[in-house]
Amino acid sequence: MFEFIQRALGLKKDDPTASKNTAKERLRLVLVQDRASMSPATLEALKEDLIRVISEYMEIDQTGLEVSLSSEDESVALVCNIPILKLKRNAKEQETAS
Amino acid sequence: MGEVIVVTSGKGGVGKTTTTANIGTGLAVMGNKVVLVDTDIGLRNLDVVMGLENRIVYDIVDVVTGNCRLKQALIKDKRFEDLFLLPAAQTKDKTAVSEEQMRELTQQLKEEFDYVIIDCPAGIEQGFKNAIAGAQRAIVVTTPEVAAVRDADRIIGLLEAALLAEPKLIVNRLRPSMVKKGDMMDIDDMIEILAIELLGVVPEDEAIVISTNKGEPAVLDKQSKAGEAYRNISKRITGEHVPLMNLEADGFFRRLRRLFGA
Ligand SMILES: Nc1ncnc2c1ncn2[C@@H]1O[C@H](COP(=O)(O)OP(=O)(O)O)[C@@H](O)[C@H]1O
Ligand SMILES: [Mg+2]
Repeated sequence: MFEFIQRALGLKKDDPTASKNTAKERLRLVLVQDRASMSPATLEALKEDLIRVISEYMEIDQTGLEVSLSSEDESVALVCNIPILKLKRNAKEQETAS
Repeated sequence: MGEVIVVTSGKGGVGKTTTTANIGTGLAVMGNKVVLVDTDIGLRNLDVVMGLENRIVYDIVDVVTGNCRLKQALIKDKRFEDLFLLPAAQTKDKTAVSEEQMRELTQQLKEEFDYVIIDCPAGIEQGFKNAIAGAQRAIVVTTPEVAAVRDADRIIGLLEAALLAEPKLIVNRLRPSMVKKGDMMDIDDMIEILAIELLGVVPEDEAIVISTNKGEPAVLDKQSKAGEAYRNISKRITGEHVPLMNLEADGFFRRLRRLFGA
């Protein structure tokens, strides 16, 4: 009865079991997954940019390079596996020094 | 030079066509020259919602393929001098029109009209690409449901990728009593999750069904809450600042009175 009056008067606060909260939570999770997916073309472009930048510092195995997005619970990570062939000694330092 | 606004959503059945008809009519009531373009080729709808289905001779495909002149295909509204409809073709499919043709068409239309409102088909395929091709502004329609908001998020991403930045959101079919009970996502939830600016909120309203039955947009119905919401949205589109209306038909005092049997 007391709850009924509270409800009727609009005093009842958010109920954590209300279905809107379930909806919000499910929406959040599904969007983390959705937003984490990149088109293969975008992923390829990212890969090429990475190769270009990293190659200024070290020689890498371009064919063995792997780039992917991985999502766990609520966070997304960019996972790269980049085999190094040879480190370039003072490749970039020279530029910044000059 | 007028403005081209696309009404889109991703998910079907959330109210794109209803919204196009109502804001188009709303803008015409305010004295603007308006043309509504139905790009849902194969699933023509906007003509029926506007009550103009018996007047169609030519359609959008006839125009872009040069089968008729643009002027011949434009259907004048029954009620407003300066409101027109360019209907979709019913017997062709989405590939009957190209993005380039849509850009040319909208370019031509905005030289004549203050507002060119484009009703987009559901989905993210060719029909969607055509609908947004010539647009300068985008309105994303959603309902307060997980699937619809999810699709809206995808559409917002695609609009941004197409350089149609800063789309605005309309939340349709909101039920204030369900929001109150905690059984429907509220506006703040959706705005926060989608990170998008709100253009307006349209309540669930039987007047929409009735107006669609009659072919008279609810925006013309002074008694309808949804109509009022669409009048406000039309004003906001022209740059007027209109506060969000109070959707609670069930105010505190009314509830109190009912509780005590008055
Ligand atoms: N605010 C509303 N209240 C009640 N019914 C609505 C409302 N908005 C849309 N509808 C109904 O929902 C259905 C789908 O709307 P429609 O505009 O055709 O969606 P879409 O163009 O996105 O597929 C129609 O039957 C319409 O009358
Ligand atoms: Mg439609």
